[in-house]
Amino acid sequence: MFGYYLDLAWRSLKRTPILTSLMVLAIGLGIGACITTLTVLHLLSGDPIPGKSAQLFYPQVMPDTRSKTEPEIGFTYTDATNLLREHRADRQAIVVSNNIKVFGPQAGARPMSLSTVATTTDFFPMFDVPFRYGAGWTPTEDGNRARVAVISQELNDKLFGGGNSIGRNIRLDKWDFRIVGVLQHWQPQPRYYDLYGHGAFASGDSVFIPFSTSRDLADLGIEGNALDCWEQLTDQVHLENQPCLWLQYWVELDTPAKVSAYRDYLVSYSEQQKALGRFQFNGKPLTGLHDLMDWLGYLQVVPSDVRLQTWVAFGFLLVCLINTVGLLLAKFLRRSGEIGVRRALGASRRAVFAQMLTEAALVGVAGGMLGLLLALTGLWAVRRSPTDYAALAHLDLRMFLVTFALSIAASLVAGLLPAWRACQIPPALQLKSH
Amino acid sequence: MNIQIRPILVALRRHKAGTLLIALQIALTLAIVCNALFIIRQRLANLSEPSGVDESSVFVIRNQWAADWPTAQVDTQVKADMLALRQLPAVRDATPASGYPLKGGGWDNYISMTPDQTKPTTDAAVYTGDEHFIDTLGAKLIVGRNFRPEEVMVMGTQQAITPPVVIVTKALADKLFPGGNALGKSFYAMGTTPSTIIGIVDPLQRQGVDRWANAYAGQALIWPIRAAFSGGLFYVVRAKPGQLAEAMREAPKALIAQSHMRIIDPKDGVLDYATIRHMVYDSDRGMAILMGIICVVLLAITAAGIVGLTSFWVGQRRRQIGVRRALGAKKRDILAYFLTENFLISTAGVALGAVLAIAFNLWTKTRFEMSQMSMTYVGVGVIVLLLLGQGAVLAPALRASRVSPVEATRSV
Repeated sequence: MFGYYLDLAWRSLKRTPILTSLMVLAIGLGIGACITTLTVLHLLSGDPIPGKSAQLFYPQVMPDTRSKTEPEIGFTYTDATNLLREHRADRQAIVVSNNIKVFGPQAGARPMSLSTVATTTDFFPMFDVPFRYGAGWTPTEDGNRARVAVISQELNDKLFGGGNSIGRNIRLDKWDFRIVGVLQHWQPQPRYYDLYGHGAFASGDSVFIPFSTSRDLADLGIEGNALDCWEQLTDQVHLENQPCLWLQYWVELDTPAKVSAYRDYLVSYSEQQKALGRFQFNGKPLTGLHDLMDWLGYLQVVPSDVRLQTWVAFGFLLVCLINTVGLLLAKFLRRSGEIGVRRALGASRRAVFAQMLTEAALVGVAGGMLGLLLALTGLWAVRRSPTDYAALAHLDLRMFLVTFALSIAASLVAGLLPAWRACQIPPALQLKSH
Repeated sequence: MNIQIRPILVALRRHKAGTLLIALQIALTLAIVCNALFIIRQRLANLSEPSGVDESSVFVIRNQWAADWPTAQVDTQVKADMLALRQLPAVRDATPASGYPLKGGGWDNYISMTPDQTKPTTDAAVYTGDEHFIDTLGAKLIVGRNFRPEEVMVMGTQQAITPPVVIVTKALADKLFPGGNALGKSFYAMGTTPSTIIGIVDPLQRQGVDRWANAYAGQALIWPIRAAFSGGLFYVVRAKPGQLAEAMREAPKALIAQSHMRIIDPKDGVLDYATIRHMVYDSDRGMAILMGIICVVLLAITAAGIVGLTSFWVGQRRRQIGVRRALGAKKRDILAYFLTENFLISTAGVALGAVLAIAFNLWTKTRFEMSQMSMTYVGVGVIVLLLLGQGAVLAPALRASRVSPVEATRSV
């Protein structure tokens, strides 16, 4: 039967080419706009570390003595190292990064300015960072301020032709570091672990070194991009005792019980710091503990323009749908005579309904194809824009399927009312009036 | 011409679904178009905001050092570079800077009126430059004087310096001293010593257009500091009128000739202000264009929908139209009938649409940092949609008016 309906639908659509193309165009434009904005939204709001994101938390405390209403995003050196030393989470890491000068092993090579992350040993297992050769450094090396480095696969390809470079040296600014690990390609988007003062969709990091070493060699200048100080500094290089927020701190908490224990711990830590005269607050201290996805929302990683565009696109699709409902209604009811004859010849209401919906679905398929073309064009336009996420804007298989599902669903919804009205047409009356 | 509303309403009651659909479509279109126009207007306002820079002749060089030099040596090199730049025939003036308006780096300082204030009064973008800074940018000094060469201090990477004199923007002066007359007054910018205002410029934008800084719009201070950062710094250069292209070609060559121990990115190391403005406001422009396209397409689709549905109604009512014509109705009565019918539906649609438009605006206000939409947008939208409806219905209505009275006697 379906084949027959398809044939009828095709004939019917062919008979009114202008009306049909108008409907296909409306659905196609609506779908194209929605898929373009949805793809961007989906891409920007996706989980960068699925399966693990619910265990990763960003704590917040408030050492700043200016009157503020929310806990801080950045950490002072004192707080970050206190929390690290007290070691209350399953895993914890300090994170801070900057571009610094990196020299390859060849003598006389010009330096490259590469993003370098200073962090602590738990960083690699905590964020599921994959290794190609070697591994991260040990807690002992953290403690010894060892001059060891982990480099990205891309940097290893560039400097060592992709070979096993464990044990070889690279030079960061004036200092030599021994390579202990080479990563597999690792470039999560957004670059969630280091958002303080950096764009969310920056390209990946090339070098990772122990945080303690980066402080030992303070002239490397790895102090992030968002040094936020509330008093004048007495020393701009050694930030250890300065009133500045500049570090990030991540913890892994594997059970809900540990999460609530950590919340209590942040409060008691703040109270202890108040007793020491470092924090100032009245009543309860302001603290925070967001899981990863919450944290991305809190920092508004998805630009508000993108969310606004998505809403507008769906409004647009809604207008296109209403338009299609109206046109289908006109189209179906114009064929009252034909439907009356079919009903008189024994077609059930259900058969007429199915026939009309088949026709609507066919419009949906055509609209989906047009929408796909428009979405590809839209994403091409996004890729040419200078936003930091431009390069990521590609249609994946899932969105490809979503396009057709959404399009057919939309046209079926649009077809429901007209089809129902069409199948209500009484056979006798129509025959009589002709 | 005698238009009777009642028969039209009675007829519409027999086409409830179609009537509702058109009204709903008009309502949603109005809601979206009003808000889109409002967004476009806001973004275009951002685009045309003056930076305070003579944008047609200023460009910026991002100069990084390829060597590790102490502050004194960097400063010597910066002075030599300035000499080389200012001697170029196509160059009017140049200054070393830690940042530049709209886009370039730099930092912010909290501003307080007393050294021991716990909550700062406000926040200002900090520009550093020598006595050529004001002339190089082309900023307008509305009151006071420029820096003197002997007031310019040298600042290395690891230093915090508070010069005793400062030039501020009018926005900052007004914020700190609402009573006016800020000249000669002083403030603290995260230092233990005050800076005294010797001049006021207007306008001069901050070094970024990020939304967080909207509360501090236009608030900037200029310190007489020759930055001698070991990593590198910006050179802002102003070409002589009409010689921008030549100056942009010559300047990097002159710098390399001065010393090759530097990195000037071949891709974006030298940027003119047209490019900078383009980059900075790209998302605003993109949003305005996108909303514009959506408006046009939406109006076109709505018009097409009205044409389609009215054509169907005309086809359906050919016999009734024939009867009316046979009973003495003139062509223009038929035309008026359909125009009035559409007007009634459209009016209902725009009434609902106006409510939706305002509701949508209120909602975006809470979620997307939008401001209150003026009623003008709704008014303009209403007129546009009413005209659109009348325009769209015209063709089918004319066709209806040409239906011959003879149709009354035909069966279909």
